[in-house]
Amino acid sequence: MTIDTQNSVKTRFVRTVLLLGGLCFGSAHAEFSGQFGLEFRVFLENAQYTDQFNGTQSSIIVEPEWRNYIGDNLQAVIIPYARLDARDSERTHIDLREAYALYMADDWEVLVGMNRIFWGVTESRHLINIINQVDAVDNIDEEDFLGQWMLNLTWQRDIGRFDIFFLPHFRERTFSGDQGRLRAALPIDFSAAHYQHDDAQWHNDWALRYSHYLGDWDLGLSVFAGTSREPRLLLNHTATQWNPVYDQIEQLGIDLQYTHEAWLWKFEGLARAGQGHTFLATVAGLEYTLFQVFESNADLGLLVEHLYDGRDLSQAPATIFNNDLFLGLRYSLNDIQDTTFLMGGMRDLENESSSFRVEAERRLGDSAKIELEGQLFIHASRDILTTAFKQDSHFTVRLSQFF
Amino acid sequence: MIAQLRSKTLLLNIVTSWVIIMSLSTLVCADEMTEKGYQLSQRSDQSDRGFTSSVAQLTMVLRNATGAESTRMLKISTLEVADENLGDKSLVLFSSPRDINGTALLSHAKILDPDDQWLYLPALKRVKRISSANKSGPFVGSEFAFEDFTANELNKYDYRWLRTEPCGELSCDVIERFPRYENSGYTRQVAWVDQSVYQIRQLDFYDRKDSHLKTLWFKDYRLHQDAYWRSHHLYMKNHQTEKSTDLLYSNYQFKTGLDDKDFVKGILKRIR
Repeated sequence: MTIDTQNSVKTRFVRTVLLLGGLCFGSAHAEFSGQFGLEFRVFLENAQYTDQFNGTQSSIIVEPEWRNYIGDNLQAVIIPYARLDARDSERTHIDLREAYALYMADDWEVLVGMNRIFWGVTESRHLINIINQVDAVDNIDEEDFLGQWMLNLTWQRDIGRFDIFFLPHFRERTFSGDQGRLRAALPIDFSAAHYQHDDAQWHNDWALRYSHYLGDWDLGLSVFAGTSREPRLLLNHTATQWNPVYDQIEQLGIDLQYTHEAWLWKFEGLARAGQGHTFLATVAGLEYTLFQVFESNADLGLLVEHLYDGRDLSQAPATIFNNDLFLGLRYSLNDIQDTTFLMGGMRDLENESSSFRVEAERRLGDSAKIELEGQLFIHASRDILTTAFKQDSHFTVRLSQFF
Repeated sequence: MIAQLRSKTLLLNIVTSWVIIMSLSTLVCADEMTEKGYQLSQRSDQSDRGFTSSVAQLTMVLRNATGAESTRMLKISTLEVADENLGDKSLVLFSSPRDINGTALLSHAKILDPDDQWLYLPALKRVKRISSANKSGPFVGSEFAFEDFTANELNKYDYRWLRTEPCGELSCDVIERFPRYENSGYTRQVAWVDQSVYQIRQLDFYDRKDSHLKTLWFKDYRLHQDAYWRSHHLYMKNHQTEKSTDLLYSNYQFKTGLDDKDFVKGILKRIR
C-alpha cells in the first residue's frame, strides 16, 4: 500500500516534470544574445566651464537580451542596459530598455511592459518620434532611448495598421553631470524637475498611430497627448542651476516617404499645442543613391534635408533646428565586413552655427564591430544653445563584442 | 542583248527569292527557338508551383580569393503569389553575424517593376523603406546579386532554346534567357534544365560587357512532400574575382499556414 502510494506519487512527479519539460523545451524556446562595448572619447579642446573634465573619457557598456518564445503566440523579452563611465557620474547609469510580454493573434497584438518604439523616416532629426524619452547622456544624436512602460494594442487591417498606446509613467531626460562634457552652460538640478500637471511622472499619456503603404508611398499619422518628452530649462531662483520643466502637450505628427527608383523623398511634420502658441515643425528632404559607384560594389548615398521649427523660444523647449540645412553622404562598401561611412553637416541658415559629424563602422571577425565617430562644432558660439558645446568637439571609438 | 538582260533579271529574281526564303526560314526558326525556350522554362517554373508558403534555414558561406571564409545565418519565409504577373513575398531574418542579429528584409517582388522592400534595423528598432533599384549589387557581401535572390519568375525573362546536351547523368535543355526588367547587371544568362524533373542544374551569368561573370551550380536536389524539388546546396563562383559563395538550405517546411498578414510591413517589428 505504502509502496503503491509512493509509486503513484513518483509517477505523478515524473509526469509533472515531463509536462513542464515539454512546456519549456517542446513548445517554448529561449534566446540569449547581446553586446558588450568599450568606448573611448577624446575631446580636442579644454573644457569651457571650470568643473568639467579635460582630455579623455572612457566607458564600458553592457546590453544583454533574453527572448522567450512560448508557443507561436507569446513572446517575452528582457533587455537591461548599463553604462559605467570613468569621468561623468551621470553618464554611469542603468536602464531597462525593454521588458515586455507580447501576445500575437491573427490580426491583432497586445504588448504589456517596457518597450522602445521608433517612428519616422528622416535622417537629420527624428521629429515625430515621441513615445520614448531620449537617453541624451549616452549620445547627443538623439538615437538612444530609455525604455517606456506601456500597454500597446495593435490591429492589422487591409487598410493599414492601427496602434493605441497607454503610457502610465513618464521618465525624465538624462543629461551630462556637472563634471561632464556636452552639457548646458549651468548644471542641471536633477532632483528638481517640475511638472505642469499635478500627476507629475504618473500622468496618463496616450498615443495613437496609423501606418500604411501603397505602391511607392509609405504613410504614418500619429497623435500624442501627455507629458512633453522635451523639457524646458528654467533658471532656479539663485540663477545657479537649470530646473527641467515638463509641460502637457498635444501633438499631431505625419511621416511620409515616396520611394521611386534610387530616390527616397521624405517628409516629417508636426503640429504641437501646449508650449506657447501652437506651432509647426518639419523636416523635408531626399536621399539619392548611386549604386555600384567607381566600378566597385560600393553605394554612395546623397542626402539633403531642410529643418524648420516654428516654436516660441520663450515658452517652448529650446531647439537648434529652427531653420537648418543638412547635407550628408553615406558610403557603403558592401564588403564582407559591412564597412560604412556616414558624413553629415548641419548649418543654421540664420546664425551660421554648424556641426559636422562623421560615423564609420566595420565588422571585425565574425562577432565584433568597431565604430568611429567624430563630432565637430563650428561657430557654435553664434547660437544661444550650441555655445555651451563650443569647446566640446570630440572623437569617439567604440569596440563592441556581440554574443 | 535583250536575252542577256532577261537572264540577268532571272538570275536576280532567283537570288532575291532565295534570300527572302532563307531569311524567312531563319525568322521562323528563331521564333520556334524562342517559343521552345519559353515553354521549357514554363514547365520548369510550374514544377515548383503550388507550395503556398515555405520556411527554410539558410547558411551562407562567403569565400574570398584566398579562401578565407565568413558565414551568415538567416531564415527565409516565402509566400507564393499565384498570379504570374505578380512576384512572391519574402521575409529574410538574419541571426548571424551577431552584430546584425535581428535585421530583417521584407520584399514584395514585382515582375518588371522594382520590388517593394523594407529593412528592419534592430539597433534603432527602425523600419526603413529602401530603394530596390539596385538589382545588381551584392546581397550581404556575397557573390549573389539581389536579382539572383528574387525568385526565378517566369516573366522576368525572354527565352531562347539553344540545344540539348548531357549534364552529368542527366540530359539537359540549354536555354538562354534575357532579363526584361531594368537595371539588371546581366546581358544574358544560360540555364541548363534537366529533362527528367525540369530543374535548373547550372546557370551562367554574362555581365553587361557580355563576358562570363559567374556560374551557379544547383546541387543536392531533394523532393519535398512528393511535389516540390529544392536544391539544398547552391554554389556560386565568380570567374573574374575568384570569390565564391555557398548557400546551404536546411529544415525546409511547406504549406506552413503563413498568409498575407505575415508579410506586411508592421510585422518587421516583432518578427524575432
